[in-house]
Amino acid sequence: MVQDSRQIVIAGAGHAGGSAAAMLRQLGWQGAIVLIGEEPILPYQRPPLSKAWLKGEATAESLALRPPAFYSDAAIGLRLDTRVTCIDRPAKAVLLPNGEAVSYDYLILALGARARRLSLPGADLGGVLELRTAVDADRLKAVLRPGARLAVVGGGYIGLEAAASARALGAEVVIIERESRVLARVACPILSDFFQAFHRRQGVTIEVAAQVAALEGLDGRITGVRLGDGRVVPCDAALIGVGAVANEELARDAGLTCANGIAVDLSARTDDPAIFAIGDCTSRPLPLYGRIGRLESVPNALEQAKQAAASICGKPAPAPEVPWFWSDQYDLRLQIAGMPFDTTEIAVRGDISTGTFALFHLTADGTVQAVEAVNAAPEFMGGRRIVQRRKRLTRVQIEDVSISMHELAA
Amino acid sequence: MPKITYIEHNGSAHAIEVPIGKSVMQGAVDNNVPGIDADCGGECACATCHVYIDAAWLDRIGLPVPGSQEASMLSFAAVTQPDSRLSCQIHVTDAHDGLIVRMPEGQH
Ligand SMILES: Cc1cc2nc3c(=O)[nH]c(=O)nc-3n(C[C@H](O)[C@H](O)[C@H](O)COP(=O)(O)OP(=O)(O)OC[C@H]3O[C@@H](n4cnc5c(N)ncnc54)[C@H](O)[C@@H]3O)c2cc1C
Ligand code: FES
Repeated sequence: MVQDSRQIVIAGAGHAGGSAAAMLRQLGWQGAIVLIGEEPILPYQRPPLSKAWLKGEATAESLALRPPAFYSDAAIGLRLDTRVTCIDRPAKAVLLPNGEAVSYDYLILALGARARRLSLPGADLGGVLELRTAVDADRLKAVLRPGARLAVVGGGYIGLEAAASARALGAEVVIIERESRVLARVACPILSDFFQAFHRRQGVTIEVAAQVAALEGLDGRITGVRLGDGRVVPCDAALIGVGAVANEELARDAGLTCANGIAVDLSARTDDPAIFAIGDCTSRPLPLYGRIGRLESVPNALEQAKQAAASICGKPAPAPEVPWFWSDQYDLRLQIAGMPFDTTEIAVRGDISTGTFALFHLTADGTVQAVEAVNAAPEFMGGRRIVQRRKRLTRVQIEDVSISMHELAA
Repeated sequence: MPKITYIEHNGSAHAIEVPIGKSVMQGAVDNNVPGIDADCGGECACATCHVYIDAAWLDRIGLPVPGSQEASMLSFAAVTQPDSRLSCQIHVTDAHDGLIVRMPEGQH
């Protein structure tokens, strides 16, 4: 083995950090790799936390990104349960709480995001929960007994998925959403309506356009959520799912540019050529759309891990990918390809009432910017290809189901 | 443990013992075999765990059920062939000892 005395430090041992370590070895990096993470367990997948794991259908082993032996076999040094407190750029080292300095030739920041907290009276009561980590998920799981009453504050993907899993476990669920519809920030009104109706049919109560005034409790435990109009939603636990905030403070304190995420280029490089940032903590170029944005998804974490690893190992940059995402609720699988920037029209392919359909978002010139597919894998896959190729289609073509997805995507 | 041989597009072969019950995808990921990305972690949602089944094994492994999620995902994957499968949908049993799978040029 060629001796390489250089060392890569990865700060944050989540989906992006764990994957970057593996990809560096795949691309032949022969120097040291040190993976430092604040959580006490090996890198794991978060998507199941609101889905299979919450329902008790997944094992800890299946949650792990890779088995324990992988890290020793691949000579990846693990420092778990360890927080990086500071980046010393002049010394090219990160500092740990015990004062230790770990030096790096390259630093990869994979710090993720944290659940946004509400500054409300009662926010620190027992039973007020969030869902970001395995520990959070176990806490939530512990309260989801048949008949238990769960209030979900925030109708985003995590809130809706948790609601679906809670129903599967027999709990009663009320979703409290500030906007006039669920998924207001992340999906179009047609999709919001569909999911809202579906959840209601599954017995979920949804309060939209509802302000939360306070969380009420007794003896330090939550008993209900008081709404702006004075009504109280009684509950045994409340899940606060009101979005996530990028963990960018380390970078900002070190003088790196941050604006809703650590600013990076298409090699996942920050302002400092020795420092990369990947995953939920970054604000990144979206080359397909000529914009900059912060994405919170596994495919994004993996794409940026690949970009950073390729750049460090001197390999060609991977081709830009179409951003995509999935969400599972009940027996519904939602898959989204692309992002609906500058769109003026929505074409509906399939019959929404059957629960199998796709929404194509078109710009004024017919470019397909995004596809939202419910239980419609061909539309998702074909749509992803159409978005990648910047293909133009008319609404009539898309809505004509006698034209196959293969023909549309050709 | 059944031994599975993964052959990268460039010809590099990796012979791996995969525990019964795990998926063919998991066997590759656990051992950092390049060429299987598995973005969705085995949920049949991404089609980045695409492999070609060795001709001698195709009868035993079988093709995806027509109309299934796997079949629809695969029909749009990069460089699909008649022997294509999504490796997260193949669960390893004793009968898979000796299985050979090949990786496509790319998963994206
Ligand atoms: C419940 C849930 C469901 C989801 N479902 C989906 C889904 O269906 N599909 C999808 O694509 N995405 C989903 N996501 C999003 C996806 O999990 C994230 O996009 C992904 O985990 C991002 O990876 P990351 O490594 O950037 O961040 P993370 O996985 O959050 O990892 C960051 C790690 O860094 C650590 N860290 C932070 N600061 C420090 C520090 N100073 N020192 C050391 N360590 C530090 C954190 O403790 C954490 O372990 C879901 C997320 C959640 C929470
Ligand atoms: S791992 Fe995503 S489809 Fe197999």
